[in-house]
Amino acid sequence: MSEIKLENLEKSFDDFVAVEKSDLTIQDNEFFVLLGPSGCGKTTTLRMIAGLELPTSGKILLDNEDVTFLRASQRDIAFVFQLFALYPHMNVKKNLAFPLKMQGFKKSEINIRIEEVSKLLRIQHLLNSKVSSLSGGDRQRVALGRAIVRRPKAFLMDEPLGTLDAEFRELMCLELRKLHNDIKATTVYVTHDQLEAMSMGDRIAVMNKGKIIQFGTPKDIYLKPKTKFVGSFIGSPAMNFIPIHHSIEKNQNKIVINGENYDVPQSFGGTNSSINYLGIRPEKMFLTDKKGIPGVVFGSEYLGARKILTIKSEFGDFKVRVSNQVNAQIGSNVKINFEPKSAIVFDGTTDKAIESRYIKLN
Amino acid sequence: MVDTSRSPTESSGFSRKLAALIIIIYAVVTLIPITWIILTGFKSVTSSITYPPEVFFEPSLEGYVNLFTTRTRQSQEYLEALPPPETWYEELVRSREMVIAGPSKFFGRYANSLIIGFGATFLSVFLGALAAYAFSRFKIPLKDDLMFFILSTRMFPPIAVAVPIFIMYRKIGLGDTHLGMIILYTVVNLSLAVWLLKGFMDEIPREYEEAAMIDGYTRMGAFFKIVLPQATTGIAATAIFCMIFSWNEYAFAVLLTQFNAQTAPPFIPTIIGEGGQDWSAIGAGTTLFLIPVMIFTVVLRKHLLRGITFGAVRK
Repeated sequence: MSEIKLENLEKSFDDFVAVEKSDLTIQDNEFFVLLGPSGCGKTTTLRMIAGLELPTSGKILLDNEDVTFLRASQRDIAFVFQLFALYPHMNVKKNLAFPLKMQGFKKSEINIRIEEVSKLLRIQHLLNSKVSSLSGGDRQRVALGRAIVRRPKAFLMDEPLGTLDAEFRELMCLELRKLHNDIKATTVYVTHDQLEAMSMGDRIAVMNKGKIIQFGTPKDIYLKPKTKFVGSFIGSPAMNFIPIHHSIEKNQNKIVINGENYDVPQSFGGTNSSINYLGIRPEKMFLTDKKGIPGVVFGSEYLGARKILTIKSEFGDFKVRVSNQVNAQIGSNVKINFEPKSAIVFDGTTDKAIESRYIKLN
Repeated sequence: MVDTSRSPTESSGFSRKLAALIIIIYAVVTLIPITWIILTGFKSVTSSITYPPEVFFEPSLEGYVNLFTTRTRQSQEYLEALPPPETWYEELVRSREMVIAGPSKFFGRYANSLIIGFGATFLSVFLGALAAYAFSRFKIPLKDDLMFFILSTRMFPPIAVAVPIFIMYRKIGLGDTHLGMIILYTVVNLSLAVWLLKGFMDEIPREYEEAAMIDGYTRMGAFFKIVLPQATTGIAATAIFCMIFSWNEYAFAVLLTQFNAQTAPPFIPTIIGEGGQDWSAIGAGTTLFLIPVMIFTVVLRKHLLRGITFGAVRK
């Protein structure tokens, strides 16, 4: 299969910069997810890779071949659209045959390929159905089939599960991932749903406001967010942030909250910003009788083995993931502390994480 | 008590009946002249000019025979000397003390109408679809102004430019030619076609043609294989409007055509019998003239209805 490389890619529409100078290498056979809130430029990036949009500047390399200004039809890339874009005037079989016809395959070969693909996706019984009679999940499968049948160099998917209902989405997530494991094609998958991204991606690139902010494995991105934005965007519930009203020196390993000292990982860098933020994942916070930030239990969501408490404090609301054994009545006063090792300090001005033993920028 | 048997958006029985009544009255009023001309086509020449007009009459095909033939009056002796008539229409003509001298020009004029009508319709829809697609999809400088300019060609009655067109056509040799009439009707229809079709093209999601382009097709290929089939409704609706105009057009046809390319509308009213207009032949000609455009509309009717409500409900 193939490797996709973006070099200094930029796209602007009139005055609006949709994608800012981006560099990215998507490795062979990788399931790569572009993740970000809507309007962050992830779909534009994908469309540039596909050839549906031409970049303002920069380069796109596909298997080391410069395809920046090639037409979509000349790139040998398949695209799965959010709304599937199955041709409504053709039945399922004709939809699957459409890309093959253009490539000049013989009828017998087309039939063999369709057979193969429909078996893989379990849509054999649908081949003669009209597209309009299919359910969302089946449309999704046919759209995938139309992409696979050509055996392209890479698959691009633009929020292909966005229109499915929740139950089905989970199932399709599994199927998609299994499909990728079976055919091992380089895949670029665009989504705004961090759960989808975490569960499917080999690597994830997080985008915001036209910039790629961080890329790495789901674990890296979850545990070592490089910016406050990544920390808050990834994870459900999101990361908690506690404001720190002092600057951070190099090699500092203590911070002051509410007049009390707390341990944090020793910082490698520092910041002069007068307000910085301490970020802690909900599962790394706990209730304590000793030193802690005082708050009031405001809500409690029961999730089987665990529960999520919402605690109001003078520093804002915190979500704390605790064991079900923990007894916390709504309205009761509690104190919360956190595991020092997993705390990350973010610069209040630049939003960037301050480097420490656990966090490295670049 | 509140009647809950119908939804609040449904109209009441009375207003529906009233609406139906108004439509029926309107239909009757508009259909009377058409019915009358069709009936006239089945009258004999004498019956067609009887006063007061006959509502009940003995049907005759004399009008149709007169429409397709030219006849000459002969003396009684001449007629008696002829061998007995071989066909029913010869017999009919002889009973009026005439013989058939040859075919009339009607068939040729009718064929001209078909060639020019369908030719202009095809060309308007084809060019209109291309232009509409371009306007719908591409960034074109001064797009809105161009669209307005296209529309502005219909802001005056086409006949207002008849004199310049007449002179121009004579100079470049397009007068009284099929091509000339096809071009003229296309020009008149094009603004309607572009505006109508652009609306339909706008409704077709770009993803379809993008999918086709990724599947290996050029933009032109995607246009013909994906966009056009999906615009069928709009194309049918546009085709009906273009066809009705070019089929019925009278003024330019009178002005610009004479022999070669004369269409049926200027020809039919000039059918002269003995001692004036041959009304039964005119009735017959009109009836035949109605048929193609009726068939065309009925065939495309399904699309026309969907065409008018298109875009009202999004799937």
